[in-house]
Amino acid sequence: MAILEVDGLEAYYGRTKALHGVSFSMEERGITTVLGANGAGKTTTLRAISAMVPTAGTIRLDGERIDGRAPEDIVGRGVAHVPEGRGTFVDLTVEENLRLGAWLRRRGVADDLQRVFGYFPILAERRRQMAGTLSGGEQQMLAIARALMLRPRLLLVDEPSLGLAPMLVKEIFRILRAINRDTGMSMLLVEQNAALALDLADHVFLLETGRVVLSGTSDVLQKNDAIRRSYLGY
Amino acid sequence: MDVFVQQVVSGLATGGIYASLALALVMIYQATDVVNFSQGELAMFSTYLAWTMLNAGVPYWLAFFATLAIAFVGGVLIERVVIRPVEGAPILTIVIVTLGLLVIANSVAGWIWTYVQKPFPSPFPQTPLRVGRIYFGSHDMGEIAVTLVMLTLLFLFFRYTPLGLAMRAAAQNPVSSRLVGIRVGWMLALGWGLAATFGAVAGMMVAPILTLEPNMMGGIQIYAFAAATLGGFTSPVGAVVGGLLVGVIENLVGTYVWFIGTELKLTVALAMIIVVLLVKPSGLFGRAHVRRV
Repeated sequence: MAILEVDGLEAYYGRTKALHGVSFSMEERGITTVLGANGAGKTTTLRAISAMVPTAGTIRLDGERIDGRAPEDIVGRGVAHVPEGRGTFVDLTVEENLRLGAWLRRRGVADDLQRVFGYFPILAERRRQMAGTLSGGEQQMLAIARALMLRPRLLLVDEPSLGLAPMLVKEIFRILRAINRDTGMSMLLVEQNAALALDLADHVFLLETGRVVLSGTSDVLQKNDAIRRSYLGY
Repeated sequence: MDVFVQQVVSGLATGGIYASLALALVMIYQATDVVNFSQGELAMFSTYLAWTMLNAGVPYWLAFFATLAIAFVGGVLIERVVIRPVEGAPILTIVIVTLGLLVIANSVAGWIWTYVQKPFPSPFPQTPLRVGRIYFGSHDMGEIAVTLVMLTLLFLFFRYTPLGLAMRAAAQNPVSSRLVGIRVGWMLALGWGLAATFGAVAGMMVAPILTLEPNMMGGIQIYAFAAATLGGFTSPVGAVVGGLLVGVIENLVGTYVWFIGTELKLTVALAMIIVVLLVKPSGLFGRAHVRRV
């Protein structure tokens, strides 16, 4: 069954239209990746789902419409968003950042902290440190960990690889895969690194200037000539 | 030496009042980048509510806490009703709105309670406290105690409660706060409520000294600005330290510099604002204002 169905989605920055009718759907427990060049509307698609930009069109979560609501309501329905640029609270400690992730749930926070530290042991070591003192990779881990504290049904991740060393990127993708396998959490991922993204995801769609131009399973798209030439470079 | 110690302690007492009001200013500034020029007048208005209750025979501490509750609700309502609609407006618009609130609070208070000075009781005993050869005013000591209790409670609230944490988060990074489900608008309103509560404490503590009248807080507001500027508008700790410093400096300068006396004390506060802004604009504890664009 589809956890997320997006139909005819348009998004606006002021008067500028950034998405021109994006439609796709995501299977429950799946990992879907959005590919596309800079400015194609990948980040905007995630922001539209989180209601951080004005939109038109319909967005359904578990068959129920969530478009036209406030961002806080979308979070309340179990959609966690790891934003572009990570969005950590730099003047708060690592632990405080994580506790904020669980703001909408008061119970089981201690257990969830342990669970999250299991995936990201480095954060346990740094728990009393200000988030602003962490390295880029640690901040990215913190941003993902904070989103996990919500116990989301759907995790939106915006370019986790941005500005990180290749080793770290691999590590983060390995952890995302482990989380998906352990908890069945559905994930919608924006990623520039097409090789890694195709490897991780089961479904992929390609955005060009605010429209979906290609979509399918990653196995099929990996063999697609256009994708290979433009995004995989061989 | 005795005079010196006495002046320092009484400086700390009035400094506590400046600190409370400065803290109110800083809290709102940090959360919304707005300097609330009406903070002092709202405090004066709250003090009049306390006076009205006391006049009707309500016991002091009951009137005190009832006033705090009313001030809190009033602060929240003002944010929701008056500030919210201009939230995204240019800074000048918001400044004018808070100046408007100042004028309204002042003239409505004058209209209801007249401009005749009214005595306001102190909850502390009249007899001074004697330590060795030095006498301390009981009201001064009481003021210091009230300020300390309030600051401690505030610290515990922000440091150890989920709501306090959410308020800090909302002030720091509203976008990320919304992404974890915090209702940022309400956090800002709570901040206004808390600020109004501190203001009310400051008003009720200073009224026995200055006697109550609609312009009572005018001078205090300037001292609070001096305190917040000295400590740094971005630092709550700075606001408190700044408040205490301004209180002590004001007293010592008034005592030891012959030509200043009580008449020119307020000028000292204004001079401090100017010197700090010229020499170290971010204040003692503040951080230089860097804005990402």
